[in-house]
Amino acid sequence: MKKTWPTLFIFLIIASLIGIGLFSGRFMIYLMIRVMLLGIFALGYNLLLGRTGLLSFGHGAFYAAGAYGLGFFSQNVAGHPILGIIIGIAAAALLALIIGFFCVRHTEIYFSMLTLAFGMMVFSLIWNLRGLTGGDDGLVGIMREALSFFGLFKIPIKTDRQFYFLVLAFFLLSTWIVYRLQNSPFGLALAGIRENPNRSEFAGVDVKNYRLSVFVISGAFAGLAGALETLLESNARPFMAHWSHSAEPILVSLLGGLLSFSGPLVGSVFFIAMREIIQRFTENWMLWFGVVLLIVIMGFRGGVVGVIEGLTGKSRKELKE
Amino acid sequence: MLQSIAHVILAGLSTGMFIWLVASGLTLIFGVLGVLNFAHGSFYMLGAYFCFTVLKYLGANFWLGLLLGPLCVCVIGFLVERFFLRYVYHLALPYQLLLTFAFVLIFDNLVKMVWGAGSLTPPDLRSLSGSLEIIGRKFPIYNLFIIAVGPLVALGLWLMIEKSWWGRIIRAASSDREMAAAIGVRVPALFTLVFLFGTWLGAIGGGLAVPYVGLLTSGMGETIIIEAFIVAVIGGLGSLKGAFVGALIIGILTAFGTRFFPAFDMFLTFILMAVVLLWRPQGLFGGTK
Repeated sequence: MKKTWPTLFIFLIIASLIGIGLFSGRFMIYLMIRVMLLGIFALGYNLLLGRTGLLSFGHGAFYAAGAYGLGFFSQNVAGHPILGIIIGIAAAALLALIIGFFCVRHTEIYFSMLTLAFGMMVFSLIWNLRGLTGGDDGLVGIMREALSFFGLFKIPIKTDRQFYFLVLAFFLLSTWIVYRLQNSPFGLALAGIRENPNRSEFAGVDVKNYRLSVFVISGAFAGLAGALETLLESNARPFMAHWSHSAEPILVSLLGGLLSFSGPLVGSVFFIAMREIIQRFTENWMLWFGVVLLIVIMGFRGGVVGVIEGLTGKSRKELKE
Repeated sequence: MLQSIAHVILAGLSTGMFIWLVASGLTLIFGVLGVLNFAHGSFYMLGAYFCFTVLKYLGANFWLGLLLGPLCVCVIGFLVERFFLRYVYHLALPYQLLLTFAFVLIFDNLVKMVWGAGSLTPPDLRSLSGSLEIIGRKFPIYNLFIIAVGPLVALGLWLMIEKSWWGRIIRAASSDREMAAAIGVRVPALFTLVFLFGTWLGAIGGGLAVPYVGLLTSGMGETIIIEAFIVAVIGGLGSLKGAFVGALIIGILTAFGTRFFPAFDMFLTFILMAVVLLWRPQGLFGGTK
């Protein structure tokens, strides 16, 4: 009995996501695509922050690597979206491997500052290498070609409604992968590293390599989100790599709940919904978002998921020093 | 060539001094309270805007603006520390950073609401606009004044921390909070005072920037806080001496970068930051911690 309810719940959510794709209006579809992109970004990111306890300020760089990787590929080689996405993910993972190699030597504030430095290096390169990246204009005019499977049959993704289902597929796949990762021995070792790196080291866990692996994995998810956003908006922009964009998955994860699996997903829904609602009434979205952030940090560090779990009797959770 | 290099160095020194004024408060607060304050750039911005407002309503006496503007910012700093920051000292790093980040969002937006979203041009300050001829080219006197203010602030801070009774108490509380409390130091009140002082330093930097930058925008705090982070990291987090040297290095490097490699000036500073962090994570002057 105990296992049927969660399974039922998951099926309900998937069914309603499909329902939204089939029946809702264009604006709602666009918003849901944005929610899922942010969800993929934050879910991957939270493997690093919530699971391993490392605060990165440079994941915008991997997001941009995914976006520009897909952009270059589709403009210069071939327009196939799936190939482009794979190239984008590979570019992001490679960049994360290089940057991560240097960054995981440190922890805490030094790690954060290093990721900030590397992320902004990528930003400044994109910004200044005008001939290659288009500078502040970014890469524009990236087309959404139909998904062709070895020329056998083609699925068009031209309209947002068609594209929605591609994003949904990647979203569900990402969620499943991250869930499996968190509950694997690898994921448990990461939580061990967060709680006590020294003891994990003594227990035979290669802490540095684990940190690097999770850094690359989270970078790859950022790349996937970036590649998908490029397909959605048909452009790649330099500000994807800026530190203020790197802060977004942190805010989203905190809003939803850092230590829970569903936190980043719930946070993404909240973030996008809140922005839409607040912007209806006032131009001062940043002010109100700041206030919400203050309230969350001062009183509800478990995030939305923490509050719900608190109501159902489970204890509140937060990151420890 | 020589003329050009001399002027690039002078320009770099004056930029560096602004970064130092912001980085000094940031470093002091980090060294004593252990919090890396994202909102410190906002205090710089608020310092500039309040100074501007004083100039606008009380006549263009720059020194009066420089006195009153930062004091207003101190009131805001007090509210931030006393009612929010104080409760997160014991929490993990992400919460502290995000709390101060929330204030960045709030202050940026409030500035847009109060002073408008466009950029502001400060009133004409004729008394400050002279220039002096150095090696065959004119250089603004005000920039020379800034180059002089920086070391004076550094000297004042050094005397205060190393030689005064207050400095001894601050050093004691920063090296061991519990022990200082046990011998009768009111640590929470002291922390509030240190935070206020750091805020004041940042706001003074903003006030001094009013005649220098010529344009006030609501994004000016974010640019300088990243530069101050770089400087604080290069010098060693928590080390005032390091922040001073770091600010000079970054100021001059940026000036040379803009003059000779305009495409890579931002890249140069970040690569320097990364190299220092990898080679000496405690910074050039940080102790081993």
